[in-house]
Amino acid sequence: MTETLAPQVAADLDSNGLLQAYRIMRRIRGFEDRVHEEFATGEIPGFVHLYAGEEASAAGVIMHLDARDSIASTHRGHGHCIARGVDVKTMMAEIYGRRTGVCHGKGGSMHIADLSKGMLGANGIVGGGPPLICGTALAAKVQGTGGVGVAFFGDGASNQGTTLEAMNLASVWDLPAIFVAENNGYAETTSSSWSVAADNIADRAAGFGMPGVIVDGFDFFAVHEAAGEAIARARAGGGPTLIEVKLTRYYGHFEGDQQTYRGDEVARARESLDCLRRFRARVTGSGQLTESQLDEVDREVATLVDEAVAEARAAPKPTEADLLTDVYVSY
Amino acid sequence: MTRTISYREAINEALAQEMERDPNVVVMGEDNAGGASVGSPGEADAWGGVLGVTKGLYGRFPGRVLDTPISESAFIGAAIGAATRGLRPVAELMFIDFMGVCFDQIFNQAAKFRYMFGGNAVTPVVIRTMYGAGLRAAAQHSQCLYPIFTHIPGLKVVTPSSPYDAKGLLISAIRDDDPVIFCEHKALYDLTGDVPAESYAIPFGEANVVREGSDVTIVAIGRMVGVAQQAAAELAGSGIQAEIIDPRTTSPLDEDSILESVESTGRLVVVDEATPRCNLATDISALVARKAFGALQAPIEMVTAPHTPVPFSDSLEDLYVPDAQRIVNTVKAVAEWKRDG
Repeated sequence: MTETLAPQVAADLDSNGLLQAYRIMRRIRGFEDRVHEEFATGEIPGFVHLYAGEEASAAGVIMHLDARDSIASTHRGHGHCIARGVDVKTMMAEIYGRRTGVCHGKGGSMHIADLSKGMLGANGIVGGGPPLICGTALAAKVQGTGGVGVAFFGDGASNQGTTLEAMNLASVWDLPAIFVAENNGYAETTSSSWSVAADNIADRAAGFGMPGVIVDGFDFFAVHEAAGEAIARARAGGGPTLIEVKLTRYYGHFEGDQQTYRGDEVARARESLDCLRRFRARVTGSGQLTESQLDEVDREVATLVDEAVAEARAAPKPTEADLLTDVYVSY
Repeated sequence: MTRTISYREAINEALAQEMERDPNVVVMGEDNAGGASVGSPGEADAWGGVLGVTKGLYGRFPGRVLDTPISESAFIGAAIGAATRGLRPVAELMFIDFMGVCFDQIFNQAAKFRYMFGGNAVTPVVIRTMYGAGLRAAAQHSQCLYPIFTHIPGLKVVTPSSPYDAKGLLISAIRDDDPVIFCEHKALYDLTGDVPAESYAIPFGEANVVREGSDVTIVAIGRMVGVAQQAAAELAGSGIQAEIIDPRTTSPLDEDSILESVESTGRLVVVDEATPRCNLATDISALVARKAFGALQAPIEMVTAPHTPVPFSDSLEDLYVPDAQRIVNTVKAVAEWKRDG
């Protein structure tokens, strides 16, 4: 059983916090790289959409959250789940469609959720998350918990009516909501520079009565700082913020995507922008962490992912007895 | 203590009593306060909803009756998200015809959370909505779309026909831990009936046998229950005793009560104001044809709207909505049907 990653709410990260940040990002990268390999064998059913390359966004934002908070994700949800502390082994089992999965094999990659961890799910509907997060933020406000809601969505979803309505509603109702637009440049094959009429998604924030900020998604520290400000503002009753994180997804839209719509930007990003390499260089350069501490995390993650895959492959699938259960609480 | 109040007042009372009992119940929708929450805070309750159903709640429950911008996806979705986090929202989709602008949140999110997440989600949201024709509101404000909600696994659908049922069923809906679509026929708001002052809950999936009779079973939905009662009175004069069953909830549907009745009468007419393709009449007809075939002594018949949008002019709308005369004619034909003539 993997341990839950405790939230880091301090504005300045100490060495424990930095190690935690690295662990989150390395887990996401390790998990996604392995799913990429395993998917190619044909053993994983359905569609998977991998988050590799975007780790700094999930880690930088979610490290500020605690048990009062909720997040909603996209179809590309594994990274947000891992950062939120959803059990990695039950996630892998879910992707393999096993009964031991976090959704008992009934949701799959696109619907991985763990409401006990305030993770309202990956979502198969583009733009499905933002309205739900207005709701979690409303609940936090009415219940007076000081909690916030964070809606992750992509550049594709930034044009969906649900997202635009949710931003307006969050401002009008003064909700503790943070809208994180992860702009990886493409909605499937369609570039965001074409589909988003404004120069930046964040430019829309003023139109919805909230602050907007643009952040380098390869820089964990930049994301962490911007998210920290937005979350603190929301907790203090200052209302919503739109954060646009500019990043690159390393794999295709889905596994199997031939990616003929883009050139060598992934190779360039892996070479000179990669968030894990930048993070490592910075924390070892400043002496806050050592290479061997980070190498230890690398080994730990490799073992964890190996175990997760082995256990998932060995686990039973749901049976006919599971087909009709959990449609309702009672009927 | 029972007294006579309207369908509208019964719904308002259910909301007020549940909001009193449970601080997690919050109400939201367009004009649900109605101008009170913006700009002129002293002017409480300017509207209380477009037909006044939520009037008075804003003042009694500060902070728990929220007006919304015209953004159904956002606020219906918000009600759903809030429900997963401990609130018990009652959101108003002003007209059922507006389902198109927020349907994803209802059928792909709320309805599916519990199943997709392996049983680890509880979404106790109620969506109240107005349906039905007869007020000359025309095509986009008069539809009966509860069959579409009924079709979706994970949703419950309620269609009260009387003030008594409206109050008891709404109280049940608010206490229910699943997403409920609570359908109020707009032409019933002024209908009065006996309603107990105290709180009471009517269970889902339990039909009401509104009238007993041995000759033909009439299953009627929503406002059609009252119209069927008028028809039954006239039919009695011709010696035909109709049994009228009001399912009260289309999902879950009380199949047993319907089948039991047809086992006894052998004849069925389903009266459903919804348009005929894939409505409750076709659903219930198929159920009876499959499960009570041996008991049937005549073909099943339906009385429904035609396969058209709702027309505006009263001369046409009055032809569109099933009336007592059409029910009488159909029931007579079914009652008199013989295999060879």
